Amino acid sequence: MNVHEYQAKEIFRAAGIPVPPGEVADTPERAEEIARGYGGTVVVKAQVHSGGRGKAGGVKLASTPEEARQHADAILGMEINGLTVNQVLVTPAEDIATESYVGILIDRKTQAPTFMVSAEGGIDIEQVAHTNPDAIRKLAVDPRYGMLPHQAYWLASTLYDDQALAKQASRIIAQLYDAFTSAGASMAEINPLISTDAGEVKAIDAKLSIDDNELFRKPSIAEYRDLSAEPWAETRAREADLSYVKLDGNVGCCVNGAGLAMATMDLVKFYGGEPANFLDIGGSSNPEKVVAALEIITSDPNVEVILFNIFGGITRCDDVANGIVAATQSIDIKPPIIIRLTGTNEELAIQILADAGFSAFTSMDEVVQRAVQMTKGN
Amino acid sequence: MAIFVDENTRVAVQGITGRDGSFHTREMMEYGTRIVAGVTPGKGGQTFDGPSGESVPIFNTMEEAVREGGANTSVVYVPPAFAAGAILEAADSGVDFIVAITEGIPVLDMARAHAFVRDRGARLLGPNCPGVISPGKAKVGIIPGQIVTPGPVGVISRSGTLTYEAVAQLTAAGLGQTTCVGIGGDPLIGTNFVDALEAFASDGETEVIVLIGEIGGTDEQEAAAWVSENLDRPAVGFIAGQTAPPGRRMGHAGAIISGSSGTAEEKMAAFEANGIPVAKRPADIVVLVQEALSA
Repeated sequence: MNVHEYQAKEIFRAAGIPVPPGEVADTPERAEEIARGYGGTVVVKAQVHSGGRGKAGGVKLASTPEEARQHADAILGMEINGLTVNQVLVTPAEDIATESYVGILIDRKTQAPTFMVSAEGGIDIEQVAHTNPDAIRKLAVDPRYGMLPHQAYWLASTLYDDQALAKQASRIIAQLYDAFTSAGASMAEINPLISTDAGEVKAIDAKLSIDDNELFRKPSIAEYRDLSAEPWAETRAREADLSYVKLDGNVGCCVNGAGLAMATMDLVKFYGGEPANFLDIGGSSNPEKVVAALEIITSDPNVEVILFNIFGGITRCDDVANGIVAATQSIDIKPPIIIRLTGTNEELAIQILADAGFSAFTSMDEVVQRAVQMTKGN
Repeated sequence: MAIFVDENTRVAVQGITGRDGSFHTREMMEYGTRIVAGVTPGKGGQTFDGPSGESVPIFNTMEEAVREGGANTSVVYVPPAFAAGAILEAADSGVDFIVAITEGIPVLDMARAHAFVRDRGARLLGPNCPGVISPGKAKVGIIPGQIVTPGPVGVISRSGTLTYEAVAQLTAAGLGQTTCVGIGGDPLIGTNFVDALEAFASDGETEVIVLIGEIGGTDEQEAAAWVSENLDRPAVGFIAGQTAPPGRRMGHAGAIISGSSGTAEEKMAAFEANGIPVAKRPADIVVLVQEALSA
């Protein structure tokens, strides 16, 4: 789960990291009011779960409250990478002497929370990792002991030669580790971490992704979820405990298991079609889950055919078939449904589905080819 | 032969009294796996009834399951909030092999658990995996027993049902397996492709190895390099997620293209460049295995 910049800043502040003040506005008038309260130059920043806000025109300096209102008026309602901006953060502008980068994520190779820092701030860290890897200092933290003081200092000393600045940065790095672990994050980033002309080190941007598996034990973090930033279908999928990702094609896919779901999408493409979505329905034959899956898939107006691909395994195929029949009787589905089932009791399942008027198959290749043909009017 | 589990495997089931744990314990026993103990704190002294009237003792702790039950392997069906704790307890009990089925364990819990398990010298499979089955010998986990048959193919996969699909097609084509290993769909897993490849490489009966990967991370790329440098027998590959968009998690916590890294294309290219032919569809895995065996 991604949180907005202003939410990440709240979490960072609670961990002691120096973050300039800021308030959120959802109208231009409110933005003006906040700017007047601060006096002086402010920054108006789009709050949206997307990178590249600056390039898209979503971050603007305003030297007067009126200008802050005008910028907020332009930014609110703006689309950045397909996401609508509903809120702006208004925050006093800082005198920036230097910019650097501090980030931490769960690294697959070290199997540990791993810091990356660079004296080159305001950058795309992935790009620097490719073009100038020597500009990045990396450190894997042993999660059993946590961030050790000398490790934080070692990282900080790559950012600043000035000892007063290095000591502040060292403290901030340790605090960022605390914020990362206490929020149950999978990624946290300060980009840029700045030093000011007055010799202060501060975080003027904040990015935080939360590990979804942590949310059950972090209710205060879970409340940060912004439902307005999420399409309806994804909210519905999460509530029904399904994994759903919308794509641009017209073959709706409903599959049990994430790997098989991806392989089904790939096979649609292989036979010349375009998948409309990824959907993993999980291991259950529960008709309620099938209903939720069908509602989600048909909420996409591009879907022309719905393809089920179910590998029975330990789940009995006749249970799944009965679930599909019960679900489709309880809601009205316009696109045709074709189904592939294999595994325990597959013959019985095919019979149940055929009796209910569905096209049912046992081969994955056959059903995918048929689904693609149907989108081409055959 | 087989890898990781065989007729000498003596399993303790952690979470044996739960819904999933009890169901799959019966499935494992029906397959012929030796289940020597169950562990549920607070239910020590009770017994678990197997499918043919067997009685499995339940202990409060893994330490008792090892000392009194003689377990050398554990399988974890404990819910996510307590699963990492169960893995730590298993590692402390002295079992050699721990299979963690549970999906949804917080990744920071697993970062600590992996470090602890490594220090204790145990092998962890998973988490978020279907487990492992050595056809005709033992299954530890949830892979359906009816889709496998003994033979010369080793299978390593990050996924569950996609593995079943591929293995069922191999079995239908008369291509049996030494062992099928599901390594799991999480970003941090205990046994990766290279670890499983090393185990298969020392198994005399495995003649060809199937690698079923997916988007996310670079485990497949490292496996490809390892195969070309070290493996003395053929391997074939399949990668799921060619149509997955970047930056979106595809069901599995670890199945995500980060920036430009972890794509299906780069993994397929790494396989091909290291002499591992890549199946374009799941059905082609059978064809590639047949070609590898007849070469």
